[in-house]
Amino acid sequence: MRPILMKGHERPLTFLKYNREGDLLVSCAKDHNPTVWFADNGERLGTYRGHNGAVWCCDVSRDSMLLITASADQSVKLWNVQTGAQLYTFSFNSPARSVDFSVGDKLAVITTDPFMGVTSAINVKSIADDPSQQSGESVLTITGPTGRINRAVWGPLNKTIISAGEDSVIRIWDSETGKLLKESNPEVGHKKQITSLTKSADGSHFLTGSLDKSAKLWDTRTLTLIKTYATERPVNAVAMSPLLDHVVLGGGQDASSVTTTDHRAGKFEAKFYNKILQEEIGGVKGHFGPINALAFNPDGKSFSSGGEDGYVRLHHFDPDYFSIKI
Amino acid sequence: MGEISLTELEARAAASGIDLSLIDIDSIKLPPGDDFGVISDDEDIYQEEQMDFDYGLGNTIVVDNLPVVPKEKFDKLEGVINKIYSQIGVIKEDGLWMPVDPGTQKTLGYCFIEYNTPQEAELAKEKTNGYKLDRAHVFAVNMIEDFNRFMKVPDEWAPPEIRPYVPGENLQHWLTDEKARDQFVIRAGSDTEVFWNDARHMKPDPVYKRAYWTESFVQWSPLGTYLATVHRQGAAVWGGSSAFNRLMRYAHPQVKLIDFSPGEKYLVTYSSHEPSNPRDANRVVINIFDVRTGKVMRDFKGSADEFSIGGAGGVAGVSWPVFRWGGGKDDKYFAKIGKNMISVYETESFSLVDKKSLKAENVLDFIWSPTDPIFALYVPELGGGNQPARVSLIQIPGKEELRQKNLFSVSDCKMYWQSNGDYLAVKVDRYTKTKKSTYTGFELFRIKERDIPIEVLELDNKNDKIIAFAWEPKGHRFAVVHGDSPRPDVSFYSMRSAHNTGRVSKLTTLKGKQANALFWSPSGHYLIIAGLKGFNGQLEFYNVDELETMATAEHFMATDIEWDPTGRYVATSVTSVHHDMENGFNIWSFNGKLLYRTLKDHFFQFLWRPRPPSFLSPEKEEEIAKNLKKYSKKYEAEDQDVSLQLSEQDREKRRMLKDEWEKWVNQWKVLHEEEKLQRQALRDGEASDEEEEYEAKEVEVEELLDVSEEILSFEYGQE
Repeated sequence: MRPILMKGHERPLTFLKYNREGDLLVSCAKDHNPTVWFADNGERLGTYRGHNGAVWCCDVSRDSMLLITASADQSVKLWNVQTGAQLYTFSFNSPARSVDFSVGDKLAVITTDPFMGVTSAINVKSIADDPSQQSGESVLTITGPTGRINRAVWGPLNKTIISAGEDSVIRIWDSETGKLLKESNPEVGHKKQITSLTKSADGSHFLTGSLDKSAKLWDTRTLTLIKTYATERPVNAVAMSPLLDHVVLGGGQDASSVTTTDHRAGKFEAKFYNKILQEEIGGVKGHFGPINALAFNPDGKSFSSGGEDGYVRLHHFDPDYFSIKI
Repeated sequence: MGEISLTELEARAAASGIDLSLIDIDSIKLPPGDDFGVISDDEDIYQEEQMDFDYGLGNTIVVDNLPVVPKEKFDKLEGVINKIYSQIGVIKEDGLWMPVDPGTQKTLGYCFIEYNTPQEAELAKEKTNGYKLDRAHVFAVNMIEDFNRFMKVPDEWAPPEIRPYVPGENLQHWLTDEKARDQFVIRAGSDTEVFWNDARHMKPDPVYKRAYWTESFVQWSPLGTYLATVHRQGAAVWGGSSAFNRLMRYAHPQVKLIDFSPGEKYLVTYSSHEPSNPRDANRVVINIFDVRTGKVMRDFKGSADEFSIGGAGGVAGVSWPVFRWGGGKDDKYFAKIGKNMISVYETESFSLVDKKSLKAENVLDFIWSPTDPIFALYVPELGGGNQPARVSLIQIPGKEELRQKNLFSVSDCKMYWQSNGDYLAVKVDRYTKTKKSTYTGFELFRIKERDIPIEVLELDNKNDKIIAFAWEPKGHRFAVVHGDSPRPDVSFYSMRSAHNTGRVSKLTTLKGKQANALFWSPSGHYLIIAGLKGFNGQLEFYNVDELETMATAEHFMATDIEWDPTGRYVATSVTSVHHDMENGFNIWSFNGKLLYRTLKDHFFQFLWRPRPPSFLSPEKEEEIAKNLKKYSKKYEAEDQDVSLQLSEQDREKRRMLKDEWEKWVNQWKVLHEEEKLQRQALRDGEASDEEEEYEAKEVEVEELLDVSEEILSFEYGQE
């Protein structure tokens, strides 16, 4: 399994997203240009130019026509995936941190950071079929959690919104009324900032990664803690295989202290765990900085990782990966 | 201004024509430091703090046996006393009071002196009690508090109450563990925990856990009976059969360091106090307690200078332990090094052997034999090389010099005893002729042989630096790490050679090892060659009998290595003192198999519980070693049982987890199915749900036609 090293970004990676077919991979980085690649051979298709700040997150619509990106330049932009044309810009008064399309792609949930006295917020925008009809009005705005909200995603049937962030609490909100429905149990929940959150393919459960050196698997509907995966490093990124019962955790020591120690001390490995037994089954080395982003190809046969080192590494699994037995 | 109550306040306000209800209390700002007699709500806290500085009469001494003088000589006498006592500490203003008989106008022959602190008062008492002003007047100095205590002694003697005998707990209970496991204690964060090392189950088995058990560190007694903790008020020891109960407390305010005697009869505690005059050295207090009764057997007080001769006198002011115990496990002697002397005390009377210290001009270091009442001392070169450096062996209590060796152009010496006291190795650094550099040799003493023969050993390359040296415990071999970092060599020597038991011989040299430390198994034969800290925790498990490497491993960033007392297991740990990440410990078998690892943030200490020496005679031990197969059968069977049981448990656990997961998945499937139509509606009727499409994909057939491998040149610069 020789990985494909994808050079294109000049700054640390922040987020990776495959489209539904798994033929395209969109990468976001702290440089201002989200990039789209062929997910098969790692060839660069193009970049989306227009942002004026780090791009933190993105999502691709189900039909792979529309790309939405959230940036620290206090804007969220809609793009035509194919042409790279900028279709619309949502403006905010603080940096945008995460975006997620709803089922049906008619709504998007956007989180914004606390900034210059503005508190963090979860915004719901409706996405028009025809970009020329797009409006910037929020359908719903939720505020409340203190600190940054690192990720917000849609729950089943768009009825709920799941958010997680700096205060290490996972919350489920009613997406109609904005009412807080559930909070994660602080006894069993994360002890430090939650850095990442990813849903399973069918949306029935989700995985969170935290700086408390663990990742946890939750039931989407009841917010029941199902599994905990303990590691030796702060977790920056998590991914779940759609094919096998595997989860991948990426992370490493804080970027600011990386240069002070041996490269092995950093543990910049993508660690594979058995989803059910919670046991480590392997690791993929390669990055020489912490891993900030992980994504599985929807076919489960390859995955990619993005690092603080500015590289995306695309890994196609060897045949024997599919026959791992525990 | 006194305290005023609310009613008084109201009365006063009424008197001055102020309506209290109109005043916003919060808007009143008092000048800092003045409360106008109004006590704030948290005043009690302040008062508590101040209590520390209110010494009562603890800082006052009574000086008796002064000359009785008439009024004319009063000022002169006062001046003399003032001069004597203000040298020792700061006397409080008007702190010197010499009462006068109102009838005769003569002094009464005593006076009171009040110091700023009790420490000064105590020092004054110690220094001047017995001070001879002249022949007729020898000072008798006492603390005024002692007077109070002596006054309370009842006139009638009452027989002490005899307490009924309460059988103590079995303090050796841990040795009777059925599985013959060993215990260890760890400290991580605020928790201190004791575990069994359950190597068969590949995990630690908790015994006892307690948060804030100690304020700085914990320490096992040398035979493992007690666990000592250190607190602000003193030290305490814990032990017992069921849990860790407190067995005894040893009061010693601000104790910093503790040390047990090798037979764990005595506990030495040390504290160092800031002097009141910053130019003075710290005051040092050392107490020696009887471990079982908790009685102070002897205390030593003085300035740090008196206790820091010889050793470098590290950060704490002294090199610990100040008192080194000799004579093996009988705890018969202890000694400290002083300026030009070594003071040896015996524990029968806790006084100096022969009532005087052993004179040794410029002695720099001494070290006891681990088994016998013999110590080796080192005196450096004097007079610019006119007087050679010297290593002597002294026997106690006779103080006879058993053997002496003069050494020339020496820059430094270090002495290493073998654990049975059979051999002493002296590492001697000598100047080369130009005096610009040094080279190293060893002087090897055979203590148990007649006349104590000495042999000189030089390494093959005598310019090599010695990085580490270690004797084989109970054995006749030693290992040396020598050469230049980062790849020094490791050599093994034996005190016997094939046909001559009286000659040292080299066994082998391992070239270019990443090593800076050596750790012999406590039972000998095996050795870990370790590269700690700078070498990132390289470990090599080496069998010295066969001269072969059993295993190489790495515990990344390891800072400490400790063998368990039986030599079966080794713990390597990363403590947060040196390194903030990777904190935790690994347990290995003696031959280098990793058994389990535990990660703990803020990991400070890992200590195996020591075991008392075996009761088996050496002959019996040999016999067991010979017939090991016979004995080990039983244990092998047990091991097998456990491993079967383990895998059974493991399978069971996995099955359970899988079942549980299955339940979740089924539940999700049902829900997913139920919501299918609604999802379609959300997608404007688009019928496809992900799963169906993937099924279509799975029909794809891939055929492998040919596999050819080709070596490509290294292009991408990746990895």
